[in-house]
Amino acid sequence: MFEFVLPPAILMIAGALLIGVARPALRPLIALATPLATLYAVWQVPDGIQLTATFLGYEVQFVEGSNLRRLFATVFTIMGFGGALFAFRQSKWWELSAALMYAAGAVGVSFAGDLIVMFLFWELMALFSTVVVWCGGTERARAAGIRYAIIHLVGGIILKIGIEGLMIHTGSVEIRALTLDSFDTWMIFIGVLINAAAPPISVWLADAYPESSPMGGVFLSAFTTKTAVLALILLFPGTELLIWLGLIMIFYGIIWALLENDMRRILSYSIVNQVGFMVVGVGIGTELALNGAAAHAFAHIIYKGLLFMSAGAVLYQTGVRKCSNLGGLFRTMPLTTVCGTIGALAISAFPWTSGFISKSMISSGAAYEQMALVWYLLVAASAGVFLHAGIKFPWFVFFQKDSGLRPPEAPWNMRLAMIFFSIICIGLGVFPGLLYSLLPYPVDYVPYTADHVLSQLQLLLFAGLAFFVMLPMMKRTLTITLDFDYFYRRMIPKVAGFIDRSLSQARDRVRDALLAGGSHVVSQIRVQSYRYFSSRSPMGQMAIWMAVLLAVIVLLALN
Amino acid sequence: MSQLPGHDQNPGQRPDSDHWLVRPKTIRLLWWLFGVILALTVAGQYFIHFHAYFEVDGWFGFYAAYGFATCVGMVVLAKLLGFVLKRPDDYYFRPTELAPSQLTEEIEAEEGGEDV
Repeated sequence: MFEFVLPPAILMIAGALLIGVARPALRPLIALATPLATLYAVWQVPDGIQLTATFLGYEVQFVEGSNLRRLFATVFTIMGFGGALFAFRQSKWWELSAALMYAAGAVGVSFAGDLIVMFLFWELMALFSTVVVWCGGTERARAAGIRYAIIHLVGGIILKIGIEGLMIHTGSVEIRALTLDSFDTWMIFIGVLINAAAPPISVWLADAYPESSPMGGVFLSAFTTKTAVLALILLFPGTELLIWLGLIMIFYGIIWALLENDMRRILSYSIVNQVGFMVVGVGIGTELALNGAAAHAFAHIIYKGLLFMSAGAVLYQTGVRKCSNLGGLFRTMPLTTVCGTIGALAISAFPWTSGFISKSMISSGAAYEQMALVWYLLVAASAGVFLHAGIKFPWFVFFQKDSGLRPPEAPWNMRLAMIFFSIICIGLGVFPGLLYSLLPYPVDYVPYTADHVLSQLQLLLFAGLAFFVMLPMMKRTLTITLDFDYFYRRMIPKVAGFIDRSLSQARDRVRDALLAGGSHVVSQIRVQSYRYFSSRSPMGQMAIWMAVLLAVIVLLALN
Repeated sequence: MSQLPGHDQNPGQRPDSDHWLVRPKTIRLLWWLFGVILALTVAGQYFIHFHAYFEVDGWFGFYAAYGFATCVGMVVLAKLLGFVLKRPDDYYFRPTELAPSQLTEEIEAEEGGEDV
């Protein structure tokens, strides 16, 4: 095979740049060919460190291969291809180019042999994902993009502090399993968790992703959080804290998605929820659980991309983003309805979909480690996923009431992309071996046993019953739900504004008091001097003052 | 792209002329079907032994009861939190003494006060 290893990320960056300089007619072709060429390059990377380079005087490991890294890079490139297929006729070229740069960052992180290279591609992702958010083109997208960029740049700085500390204190920036025993590793941990949308810094996701264009959301749903999951698997496997953080993410995602009205914000909260499952898997840290986290990341990127595609198709065709104004679209968008429902079934881990074969590995991982509480919570969360994403999304967008909207079916390329991803969702569910053969550790897990299928059906269908029984309580209202961003969008400005106004009032009062006092003194001097010293004052007084003055002079002279 | 709510058709008045999937008859049928499937998934436990990891999860109908109860719990919790956390849709875009007036004006012009 190849003697020379071409870094897949560089290939993808080259393709993304080429889109900018190519003739307009060639751009779609390049956008579609680049991820495919990158996918080929991904599979040419053998195990071990393949390429080193010198960067700022450091020997950095640019490309390192392993099963886990190829798995993530594979799904990132598949996502790049699916996203490009979905977007290439509707997106502006700079959105496609930025999206592929973003994907290239994710591929670069996947193969990064050390923390320096990881950091470089990490920042590449932060920059170009911000551009993708801005491609939403509205004032809201501009503002949300700036908030998004601030959080990711701060996260990058925290990560960099950790990496530099580690380099100084241990002399090594190898990517290896770290323990949370020093300031440096904590900084790296926090920096990675910010990208994983761990609480409390999780709202950037639900804030920014729904403001992107209908096409941009598809790309955004895939890369940032899942590279963070990969980084957690590589750097912090078996860190117990991750189990609890992941569980918080899972239930936070469910509850906020249940409250939400914007269809793509529902899906955004459900990303946090799904990443929570992966984070729990990393926290459990056994081979089965780590396999589960990796498999779930793979499956999740595809079905979440599919869900964002179906939501994007609806948004593109109707211009409406709120569930309270949607409904009944199955009449005129049957294919989008079917594909969106397949994505919804996959995220709910219905048997014979990709979610079933991946998520169950994580909960079984908890069960085999005798973590009863974790297991019970994960099972409740699985039911909750069906509730907030599996039924809620398709029900309120495609069914519920008749909104009167009769949009035509999505354009052919969008339909094709949705069919492609639907096939992957079901294909992986029916043939789990396809995914299991790519996992980092050997798999002896059997997902399809009669009791597993039946118990999962029992759980999910009764969750569905709960949804329809509780439907009156879930009526969509034209509201938003406060989240952590309230603190920096409203509370801190409110406190700052209060302090600012109080100080300016105090300043005004002091100034007024000084001026009033001063003018009183001045006017008194004028009035009194007029009374005693002016030419109009009585002569007698003048004589007295002269006498006083003389007396003073005499006294002074005598001394 | 966007269409106004249909004036030419009013599904509420002529239920039979609407899509077959939303006719009351179909919906009743779907409920029955759903009920039968639910019953079958529970009844299936007579024939298939469920492997229990812990204790409670081996009980008959555990997954059904647990799935239903936790989902009801989550919906109720969300509802209660909603009373505290829900805000009007334009909460962050209202002219306030905090937000620069320029921003709120632009948002209003862009969205025309309509649904986006």
